[in-house]
Amino acid sequence: MNNIYLDHAATTPVDQDVIKAMQPFFSDKFANPASSHLPGQKSAAALEDAREVVAELVGAQKAEEIVFTAGGTEADNLALKGAAVALSQQGKHIITSEIEHHAVLKSCEYLEKHLGFEITYLGVNQDGLVDPQKLRDNIRKDTILISIMFANNEIGSIQPIKELAAAAGENNILFHTDAVQAVGQLKIDVNDLGVDLLSLSAHKFNGPKGIGALFVRKGVELTPQMSGGSQERKRRAGTANLAAAVGMGKAAEIAAANLTKKRKELNLLRDYFVSQLRSNFDNFKINGPAPESENRLPANINIAFKDLDAESILFNLSLNNIAAAAGSACASGSLSVSHVLKAIGLEDKYAKGSIRFSLGKGNNKEEIDYVIKKLKEIIVRLNSLK
Amino acid sequence: MKKVMIAMSGGVDSSVAAALLKEEGYEVIGGTMHIFPDYEEATDREDHCCSYSAVRDAKRVAQKLEIPHFVFNLQEEFQEKVIDYFVDEYRQGRTPNPCVMCNKEIKFEALHRKAIEIGCDYIASGHYAKIEEENGRYILKKGLDENKDQSYMLYVLNQEQLSQTLFPLSEYTKDEIRVKAKKLGFAVHNKAESQEICFVPDDDYVRFLDTNYPEISTTGPILDSEGNQIGTHEGLSHYTIGQRRGLGISMGYPIYVTALDYKNNAVIIGGDESVFSDGLIAEDINFIPFEDIEGRMEVEAQIRYNSYPVKAYIEKTDKEELKVEFEEAQRAVTPGQSVVFYLDDLVLGGGIIKKSF
Repeated sequence: MNNIYLDHAATTPVDQDVIKAMQPFFSDKFANPASSHLPGQKSAAALEDAREVVAELVGAQKAEEIVFTAGGTEADNLALKGAAVALSQQGKHIITSEIEHHAVLKSCEYLEKHLGFEITYLGVNQDGLVDPQKLRDNIRKDTILISIMFANNEIGSIQPIKELAAAAGENNILFHTDAVQAVGQLKIDVNDLGVDLLSLSAHKFNGPKGIGALFVRKGVELTPQMSGGSQERKRRAGTANLAAAVGMGKAAEIAAANLTKKRKELNLLRDYFVSQLRSNFDNFKINGPAPESENRLPANINIAFKDLDAESILFNLSLNNIAAAAGSACASGSLSVSHVLKAIGLEDKYAKGSIRFSLGKGNNKEEIDYVIKKLKEIIVRLNSLK
Repeated sequence: MKKVMIAMSGGVDSSVAAALLKEEGYEVIGGTMHIFPDYEEATDREDHCCSYSAVRDAKRVAQKLEIPHFVFNLQEEFQEKVIDYFVDEYRQGRTPNPCVMCNKEIKFEALHRKAIEIGCDYIASGHYAKIEEENGRYILKKGLDENKDQSYMLYVLNQEQLSQTLFPLSEYTKDEIRVKAKKLGFAVHNKAESQEICFVPDDDYVRFLDTNYPEISTTGPILDSEGNQIGTHEGLSHYTIGQRRGLGISMGYPIYVTALDYKNNAVIIGGDESVFSDGLIAEDINFIPFEDIEGRMEVEAQIRYNSYPVKAYIEKTDKEELKVEFEEAQRAVTPGQSVVFYLDDLVLGGGIIKKSF
């Protein structure tokens, strides 16, 4: 069996059409979009075309509301730090959740430690969902920013963003959402949702790595976090990553066109996977919202095996050419129990044995069958070694 | 094909050991332990095993050898079995050897268990030592390279551990391994030797203890052999037996730390002659070629890693303890350190020094 890749939440392969679209921009059309000469003008046009498509993917009405960044992490940093610094005269309180990506959590820590902000971390229920009422209860006079992720990377929980954003809006507080996991999988409309800032990353929807974007609603003030030239309407200095931006545009176009179909396919495959898990294993539980629920990303399956060690399960899978994930990888590449599983109150005996499979384009039933077969062998053997 | 997991530190020895195992026809999987405590600032020093650079180097070597490589998070186990032990020993005025404990509880135990869980038959390491099977027992011998011999750190291994452990470097000298590393194109062949404590990034264990465990160091008296106070110390953990410098006391003749008295939180000092001991009592005994000894036995005893075995007689005093009498008095016998017994190149076993006499 060839390598079976079930780690699409970590990253996805770049679509062939995306590669094709990017190709000319490395050498033929290499000019700097900020240059005034004719080749530069062509590059600028390509960059703006890409911006438009990305804007459409998230329902932004104006392309200029899209700021290209080097990825999701930079988009989160720009949103959090940029807004906090710009609004620090009005207040120094930020509300976020306990299950955010580290790009948000560490940005908050930074603001707390270096700029004197106060951060409220909202807890979540066992499905990983933030209660909008709880958010309302925690809003203060000096709250200037609320950041709640759209969909969780580990357990797939989809937040009631519209309600949460409404709570912020009622109080005239900026609302940011890290939608890195959601864009390309779910229909997103920033205006319907009422969010002010939204982060996305190309490599999560079959685009290239090294490029992402932040939707910044017109009128929202942000202090740039990169000092330098006046690129990206002075919001993000640095020569545009043209080829990658074009690639992101192409990936956005493909994603937008296939959204419904992709979701349907992934739902079917996910249902098959879950039914096979249920008929082949006991002593396991599914972390996060019920797989069939509307509150869960279609491609995410996170399961916990009682009293087993995720590392051993994962490395055994790996030795059988199956790529999955567990916990969150630290700098050295080893695993630790994730803050997300802790936040949903999962007991240690389950949390330590939690594995994430994330489906994507190209996965099929035969692969799932093989994974189930191997997983069964592994679980039986590990249980026998206890 | 037999499967083996090689514990890789990114250094020359374990890298070449991995290559040798592959040449011998084993299915080889690399494993690196993540044991570094989160509360310590990790540095990128090249000569530390189990640091981030170690992981990076090990991964590159594994790619070169086309073997899978995994990083195992053993922080919790390491904290509990090695660091807590290390701290507690210093708290009691003893001088622990964390490497011995790591081999016993982590590398050849926790990591070994992981190896078995991922389907391996053996665990291997780049230690210079040798395991042989003889009359149904697994015996441990010094490696071929006397200068690099690491059997001192391994006397704690039990029969089950030894039966599932491979030391591919047993028949090589360090020079040969360096040449081999160069031939294999490993970028690591000029790396410095790792000697220090891997979880203390700046090699300053006193700083490590004072920063993370300030409660274990309280000032107390420095006493002479008659019990007269002649100074004040900064906490027992700051001193080791045989230490001469840093006492801040002038007596007109060289003085040394001769004992650390935990009960009275006192550092005892004396002249050169009082640093010598005729023998010691050891505990936590492990024998390798046999379960236990009967009566008195002549051995060569080594009382610290960087020294040589000397003639001594050992005898059990009760079930748990063993008396070691040296033929010639030994300098700075240090409680907490290991005493290891040899007959030529055969490792008989050893124990942890409880006290000297």
